[in-house]
Amino acid sequence: MIIELGHFFLALALSISIFQFLLPALGVKFNSYGMMRSASIAAFISFILVFLSFLSLVYAYITSDFSVSLVAKNSHSLKPLIYKISGVWGNHEGSLLLWVLILTFYSAAVAILGRRLPLKLISLVLSCQGLIAAAFISFILFTSNPFIRLFFPNIEGEGFNPILQDFGLAIHPPFLYLGYVGLSVTFSFSIAALLIGKVDTIWVKWVRPWTLIAWVFLTVGIALGSWWAYRELGWGGWWFWDPVENASFMPWLAATALLHSSIVAEKRDTLKAWTILLAIIAFSFSLLGTFIVRSGVLISVHSFASDPSRGLYILLLLIFFTGGGLALFAKKAPYLKSGSLFKPLSREGALVINNIIFASAAATVLLGTLYPIFIDAINNSKVSVGPPYFEAVFIPLMVPAILLCAFSPMLSWKRAVIENIIERIIAVFICALFLASLIIIMNDGSASAFLGLFLGFWLICGTLYEFFIKVGIKSSFKIFIQRALNLPRSAYGMSVAHIGVAIFIIGVTVSSAWRIDIEKPIILGEKTIVKDMEITFKSIKRVAGPNWNADRGEFEIITSNRDKHFLYPERRFYPASQVNTSEPAIMSGIFSDLYIVLGESNDNADSYALRIYYSPFISWIWFGILLMAIGGVLSLSDRKHRLGYDLKRV
Amino acid sequence: MKKLYPYSPLIVFFILILFFARQLILKEDPSELPSVLLEERFPEIILKKLDGYKLFSVTNLMNANSPSLVNIWSSWCVPCKIEHEFLMRMSSDHNILIYGINYKDKKEDALKVLDLNDNPFYAIGVDLDGLQSINLGVYGVPETFIIDSDGNIRYRHVGPILEYDMQNIILPILGKIMREKI
Repeated sequence: MIIELGHFFLALALSISIFQFLLPALGVKFNSYGMMRSASIAAFISFILVFLSFLSLVYAYITSDFSVSLVAKNSHSLKPLIYKISGVWGNHEGSLLLWVLILTFYSAAVAILGRRLPLKLISLVLSCQGLIAAAFISFILFTSNPFIRLFFPNIEGEGFNPILQDFGLAIHPPFLYLGYVGLSVTFSFSIAALLIGKVDTIWVKWVRPWTLIAWVFLTVGIALGSWWAYRELGWGGWWFWDPVENASFMPWLAATALLHSSIVAEKRDTLKAWTILLAIIAFSFSLLGTFIVRSGVLISVHSFASDPSRGLYILLLLIFFTGGGLALFAKKAPYLKSGSLFKPLSREGALVINNIIFASAAATVLLGTLYPIFIDAINNSKVSVGPPYFEAVFIPLMVPAILLCAFSPMLSWKRAVIENIIERIIAVFICALFLASLIIIMNDGSASAFLGLFLGFWLICGTLYEFFIKVGIKSSFKIFIQRALNLPRSAYGMSVAHIGVAIFIIGVTVSSAWRIDIEKPIILGEKTIVKDMEITFKSIKRVAGPNWNADRGEFEIITSNRDKHFLYPERRFYPASQVNTSEPAIMSGIFSDLYIVLGESNDNADSYALRIYYSPFISWIWFGILLMAIGGVLSLSDRKHRLGYDLKRV
Repeated sequence: MKKLYPYSPLIVFFILILFFARQLILKEDPSELPSVLLEERFPEIILKKLDGYKLFSVTNLMNANSPSLVNIWSSWCVPCKIEHEFLMRMSSDHNILIYGINYKDKKEDALKVLDLNDNPFYAIGVDLDGLQSINLGVYGVPETFIIDSDGNIRYRHVGPILEYDMQNIILPILGKIMREKI
C-alpha cells in the first residue's frame, strides 16, 4: 500500500512539475502576477511529494518488502540497517529518485530564499527547474520505475554488491548528487538571465553562493568516493581515472572555473557571458556524467547496471537541456553588455588564465574519457585510455595553474604593476625551493617528487605571505589581530582552500614517491619488516558478520618507538551473492598509512598471500580536499554571500 | 562574423552528440569484442619469455587439438587473484589449456605470484609495455579469450571469470566448440 502511495505521489509530482514549468513561463509572457507567484508554491509542493515518495521507498527497504522488485533485487534481510537505507540509492532506479529529490529540494530552497528576488527572474529560474524535474521524473516513471511489484514475491532478497557495503560509499552518492544537482540551480539562473537578456549585480550575487554550495558538496562527494576506493578496493590506490570517476571530476573542474569567473563577474562586473557559458557547461557535465555512468557507452571498472534504452533517454535530455542552453546562449550572448576593461596583468587577467586552464583541463579529461568512442567511430578499433594519458596531460596543465595560484591574489584589480610584487614572488620562490630541496636531499627523492613538493610549498608560502600582507606584516601585534579579525570570511575561505590544494599536492607527491609495496607469502608467526616497523602474523580466526563469514588475520605491529598496534585484515565471503572480498586493514596516521591485505591461503601450506603497502602522507590527500571544502564553507558563511542577504541594498 | 562565435560551443556539443548517438545505436554492449576480431585469427603478437616458464606464440594456438583459453593477467591486478581459483579449476579439473599473457608487469612480481599460488597456465608470454595486447583490443586485466583449435577467436570475456561465468559461459562455449570438431 505504502509503495503504491509512493508511486502515486511521484506521478502527482510530475504533473505539479509540469505546472511549475508552464505557469510562471506563461506568467512572464502575459505579465500575470498570480501565475508568476504560483511557481514558488508549485516548487514547494513538488518537493514534499517527491520526499514522501522517497520515504515510501526507504520504508520498503527498511521493512525488507521483497514483493517490490527493486528491493528483492538489491537488498537482503540480513543487511545492517544503515546499508538497507543506503541500498535505496545503491541502484539505478533509487539513485535517480534521490537525484530528483535533491533537485526539488534545491528548487524549494530557491523559492523560499529567493522571495525578494525580482519576480520575473525567480519565476523563470523556477520554471526551468520545473522543466528539469518533469523531464527526470518522467524518466523514472517511464523507464526506471522503482515502485514495481513482483507478481510472486521473493522470500529473501538477492543481496547487494558486498563491495558497496561501506559507510563511505553509503554517503558518497548523496553528496555527489547534492553537487551535481546543485549545478542545476546555476544553470537555471543562467537560462533565466539569457531569457531576460540582462545580467545584473543581483544575478551575480545569487549565482556565486549556489556555485559554492554545489562545489563544496561535489568536492566532498569526490573525496568520499576516492576514500572508499582506497579503503575497500584493496590495491592501495585512490584515483584510477576511470570513466565513472572522470564523470564526477569534469563537473568539478567546470564548477571550479565557474567559482573563479563568478568572482570577476561579481567584483568587476565583467566576464558575464563567459560565466553564463560556464554555468551551462558545468551542469551539462553533470548530465553527461549521468549519461556515461548509466548508458554503458564506456566500460568502467565500476559495474553499474547499464541499459542502452535508458541511455537514449538521457541522451535526449542532454540534447534538450545542453543543446537548448547553448543555442539560447549563442542567440543572446552577443547582446549582453560587457563590463569594465582590464589589463592582462591584473587580478582579472590571472583569473581568466585560471579559467582557461581549468576549462582546458576539463576538455582534456573529456577527450581522454571519450577517446575510445571517437576512435571506435573513426577507425572501428578499440583503444583504452588509462592513467598514463591523464597523468601525462593533466599534470603539466595544472603546473602553471598552481604557479599562478600562489601570487594572483597579490595582484591588484584592473591593472597590476609587476614591480610591486616581484620581490614577494622571489621570496616565495626561494622559500619553496629551499624547503623542497631540503626534503629531497634528506630523503633521496626523484625529480618529479621535487617538482610536486616545490609546487606544494610554493602555494603554501605564497598563500601565507599574501595573508600576512593583507593583515599588515610589520604592524604591532594588536593591530595584526584586529585586522585579522576584520578580514572577511571569504578571504579566509580562499586562503584555506588554496592551502588545501597545496596539502593535497604534497600528499599525492609524497605518497607516490616514497611508497613501499611488499607482496609475499606469510605463515603463522612469521615476522616481516617494513620501514621501521615489525609486523608479525599472530593468528587467523573464522568470524561471522551479519551477512558474511570471514577469515580474520591478526597482525601485530611494533613501531620504532616500541608502540604495539594490531591490525585485522579479513577475507570475507558473502553467501547471498557468492562473492569473496578482501577487507584491507589500515593503520592510518598523520604521517603514514600501513595497509595490509590478506590474500588467498595456499591449500598445502599454512601460508597466506600477503600484501602490504606503506604510503607516507597519504591521508594528506583527503585532508587537503577537506580543507578545500572547508574553505568553500567559510567563504559561503561570509555575510555578503549569505543567501537572500540585503537584496534591497543592491 | 562576430555573431557566429557564440555558436561554437553549440556546434562542438552537437558533434559530440553524433558520436554518442552512433555508439548508443550501433553498439549494444561496448564490452563485446568488435566484430572485426570475432571469428578471426588470433592476431600475430610477439611475446617475450618469462624465465622458467614455457613461451607460446600464435602458431601454438593455430594447430591445436582442442580449444584453449588466452588469459591476460598481471600480478598487480586484484580481480585476477579472485579469478585465479577458477583458472586453476579449469586447468586441473577440466584439462583446459590456458595460455597466459602477463600484462605490464614486473618480472619479479609475476614470478612471485606464480610461485606463491599455483600456476594455471600451460605457457606464458610477457607483454611488458602492453603494446602487443593493443592488437587484441585489451581494455584492462583480466580478460580472457576463447580460441578454437584453428586459432580463431570465438569469445571475449572482460573482467574476472567467477563461478557463474565459468559454469554458464566459458565451459558451455568450450563444449560447443569441441562438439563442432566431431
